[in-house]
Amino acid sequence: MKISMSVNGKRVSADVEERTLLVAFIRDSLGLTGTHIGCDTGQCGACTVHMNGRAVKSCNVLALQADGAELLTIEGLAAADGTLHPMQEAFRENHGLQCGFCTPGMVMSAVDLLKNHPSPAEDTIRAELDGNLCRCTGYHNIVKAIKAASAKL
Amino acid sequence: MYAFKYQKPRSIAEAAAALGKGGDAKLLAGGQSLIAAMKLRLSAPSDLVDLGGIGELAGIEVEGASISIGAMTRHAEVAASAEVQARIPALAGLAAGIGDRMVRNMGTIGGSLAHNDPVADYPAAVLGLAATVHTNKRKIAADDFFKGMFETALAAGEIIVSVSFPVPKRAAYIKFKNPASRYAIVGVMAAATAGGVRVAVTGAASSVFRVAAMEQALAANWSPDAIAGIAVPAAGLNGDMHASAEYRAHLITVMARRAVEAAK
Repeated sequence: MKISMSVNGKRVSADVEERTLLVAFIRDSLGLTGTHIGCDTGQCGACTVHMNGRAVKSCNVLALQADGAELLTIEGLAAADGTLHPMQEAFRENHGLQCGFCTPGMVMSAVDLLKNHPSPAEDTIRAELDGNLCRCTGYHNIVKAIKAASAKL
Repeated sequence: MYAFKYQKPRSIAEAAAALGKGGDAKLLAGGQSLIAAMKLRLSAPSDLVDLGGIGELAGIEVEGASISIGAMTRHAEVAASAEVQARIPALAGLAAGIGDRMVRNMGTIGGSLAHNDPVADYPAAVLGLAATVHTNKRKIAADDFFKGMFETALAAGEIIVSVSFPVPKRAAYIKFKNPASRYAIVGVMAAATAGGVRVAVTGAASSVFRVAAMEQALAANWSPDAIAGIAVPAAGLNGDMHASAEYRAHLITVMARRAVEAAK
């Protein structure tokens, strides 16, 4: 079936099988492999992207459900000249990642978190991240990064 | 997942017609339970009818002493709604505790109720607050809606359009979360409604249920002490790797007391 949408500000169109997941469309059809498949069961959040301004788990959404939508993936966060988004910069400065597998999902989730909670307390950040799992860091530097970014955003 | 045919109707009538065409069609709301089930091949409908294009199905409206929530309203919208927070904070709080933020941005009240997962939160809200489910065919009272595990009173081809919640005198929902999935191991909605006290328990059995003994005790005395000695028997409750039936029975009284305290 034909779908079209805007991805990171660019119009894209494609013909996809009905059962194509949004994450597969993003990674395989569009070649945007920054969005990761971690658990594939909707728990870990490594597949988090923004659809119409809200964070969603792209492994649990059909590409067809995104027809006509505006999508933002991790590749769309940095400026055109490569300047990092303040959230990305905060993760870099605060060592908010180790292997980096959960990181795109964490960053996308964190940007959405700050939209709803512009100056979150630490326990709010921790509660609001419960849809993003990290196996490496123990979360402390992720929380620090988000707190630091909240001061800049 | 297995292949299927897909339609995105633009009206409730179109959606009902699509369901009525035969085959094994299912409605797609937020997809947070259905798509996950289809990925595991636990569900394999021949057709998916996506309700996401029907704008009139979403929205929150205050109607006198009731709040009406459209079936396609996302959990995040209910949680963030100023009207719901002001009039039924227990409902806003319940919606805010479903799954995680990404799930709440997609999941819907209509989808949750039609699915009737034994560990979902919304059934406790609907049963505990004596809500009414409005479908494209009729109105169904809360006490008549939940039939069993993943089973409701909805007929084949019937579509939930909205759910109306009368504003209670006081209410609170306390959930003992599974720490990984955040589903309810036990969740209790305690409410003093216009029609009397209601205590609705989810997560503990095959479907949400009321605890008459607690309701009677609280009607006489709304305090945690009034129900401290009342326990639901463990026989018939869920036992699994997360909690035994005995532990769930224990949790029901603990969560109910916390809900009564929170609702004061």
